[in-house]
Amino acid sequence: MTPALRAPELMTTPAMLTMTAVSRRYGNVVALEEVSARAYPGEVLGIVGESGSGKSTLLRMMNLEETPDAGDYRLSLPDQPGNLFDLDRFARRMLCATRIGIVYQNPHLGLLMRNTSSGNVAERLLIAGERSFAALRSRARDALDASEFPLARMDARPVELSGGMQQRVQLAKAIALEPVLLLLDEPTTGLDVSVQALVLDTLKRLQRDRAITMVIVSHDLGVIRTMADRVMVMRGGRVVEEGLADQIFQDPQHEYTQQLVHAKL
Amino acid sequence: MTLASLTRPWEAMSYGFLDASAKRELRRKMLKAIAVPGCQMPYASREVPMARGWGTGGLQVTLTLLKPSSVVKVIDQGADDSVNAASIRSFLAKVSGARETWDTLAATLIQSRHRIPEERLRADQVLVLQVPNPEPLRPVEPNMSHARQMHADADYGRLWLILYEEIVRAGRIMQGAAYPALVNGRHVMTPSPIPRWDVPKLHMARHLTFLSAGREKRLFAVPPFTRVEPLVFSDLPYRVEDHAGLTCHRSGMKSFFMNEIPQADGGSAHELSDSHLGIKAIRQAEGGRAEIGPTWYRDGRMR
Repeated sequence: MTPALRAPELMTTPAMLTMTAVSRRYGNVVALEEVSARAYPGEVLGIVGESGSGKSTLLRMMNLEETPDAGDYRLSLPDQPGNLFDLDRFARRMLCATRIGIVYQNPHLGLLMRNTSSGNVAERLLIAGERSFAALRSRARDALDASEFPLARMDARPVELSGGMQQRVQLAKAIALEPVLLLLDEPTTGLDVSVQALVLDTLKRLQRDRAITMVIVSHDLGVIRTMADRVMVMRGGRVVEEGLADQIFQDPQHEYTQQLVHAKL
Repeated sequence: MTLASLTRPWEAMSYGFLDASAKRELRRKMLKAIAVPGCQMPYASREVPMARGWGTGGLQVTLTLLKPSSVVKVIDQGADDSVNAASIRSFLAKVSGARETWDTLAATLIQSRHRIPEERLRADQVLVLQVPNPEPLRPVEPNMSHARQMHADADYGRLWLILYEEIVRAGRIMQGAAYPALVNGRHVMTPSPIPRWDVPKLHMARHLTFLSAGREKRLFAVPPFTRVEPLVFSDLPYRVEDHAGLTCHRSGMKSFFMNEIPQADGGSAHELSDSHLGIKAIRQAEGGRAEIGPTWYRDGRMR
């Protein structure tokens, strides 16, 4: 396993994720206005902002669930697929299934609630072409184990599990194919504080062990502070401030960032 | 020139019941279905003198294929003598002048509900299967538009997931009939509710098979010598019903697909599902003339 890079080293390596001048409007509402973002290999990029600031829209763009009005999106992949927004539906689906993992705030968006937990993980593997039942079981078990899910319950249905366990199943599903990019959309919202801490611990361990590039969206500055190497602050569909996590939290420059940080503190 | 010379005498109905435009549309869709094996083709599905769900899809395809020299066999769950099969067969003969038969070897056109005859079909025979639900993705995607997109993308992961879940929960695949099969390596089809026993008969078969759903207004085809591969995991082989050790209590035939008949003592007797094969076996045993053709299975194993 490659050890995760820390912030100062990050800037010297080519970015894993590069988004350039991405804009999106819904009628008269500006969801994103010329937003650019970079995430480096092994880095955790935190995106914070109030509700409606565009952070979840940006994450959906990164997961190719939406196409912007304008903009460019590239991942550093061996096959160099170019601007990912130009890919057709099939290529997008395969890329998302095999190279990008996502954990949603609402497990109903990410899981088949009436299938088994191991089946949810196996679905990813099946899309990628795995056709051996023994291999499906073994790889699903490994992914669930890596996300610290109790293996005795691997064939329980998510609908029978607690919120924290459902998030672990989502995480196992997201990492089953060892993605290059893991997107986390408010992964701990709605969980009680002790479970939040356990899920964050699991994420940090995964990030440390596997050096996955992560993008985490949250309105909870505590989560961002715990997880992120770099932070982007968004408001009204624009990036108002961006920098190393310590810098943002210790010395916020933008008035809105100052309000956010002080409101939290 | 008179009007009479330009027109034909009045007839109660068109040849083969369906009017020319309906048959033309069906022929086009059937040709398309042959061109893209296993891909569902929508069609208008005309009214026929039979309720939807009773084989109207199969009937329309059969009516389109009929010609005066056709020899028609109709079976319902393997039986030639069920009310539905007999009614459809006599209707087909009445509207086309085609000859009726119960014998698989004599037939040129076989319409079937839920079975494929046990005698191997030839290249000059056409099989028409009645299909209640043509969409294999229906259990995982009720939205038809999304299901069409999934077919276009060959997105069958959720279908495989059903099989995975069945093995996890029950230790084996529980799908008894309509077992999903990949046709020509591209489209997954439901081979109508034929038993698992019959699915291998479609693989690289010499005959042409049409599958048609009248209520759902879709048809698809398996052309001759086309791969039809049931979805199975690489380490868990496809299994047909375990009828290899069963004997028909009427004909004495062994190792074919059987119907189970509960007995008063709580046990079961079995009889051949392919009823006319049983009749031929009984005739042979009684010293009569009956030719039994080569069968797909021998001793309960696909040949």
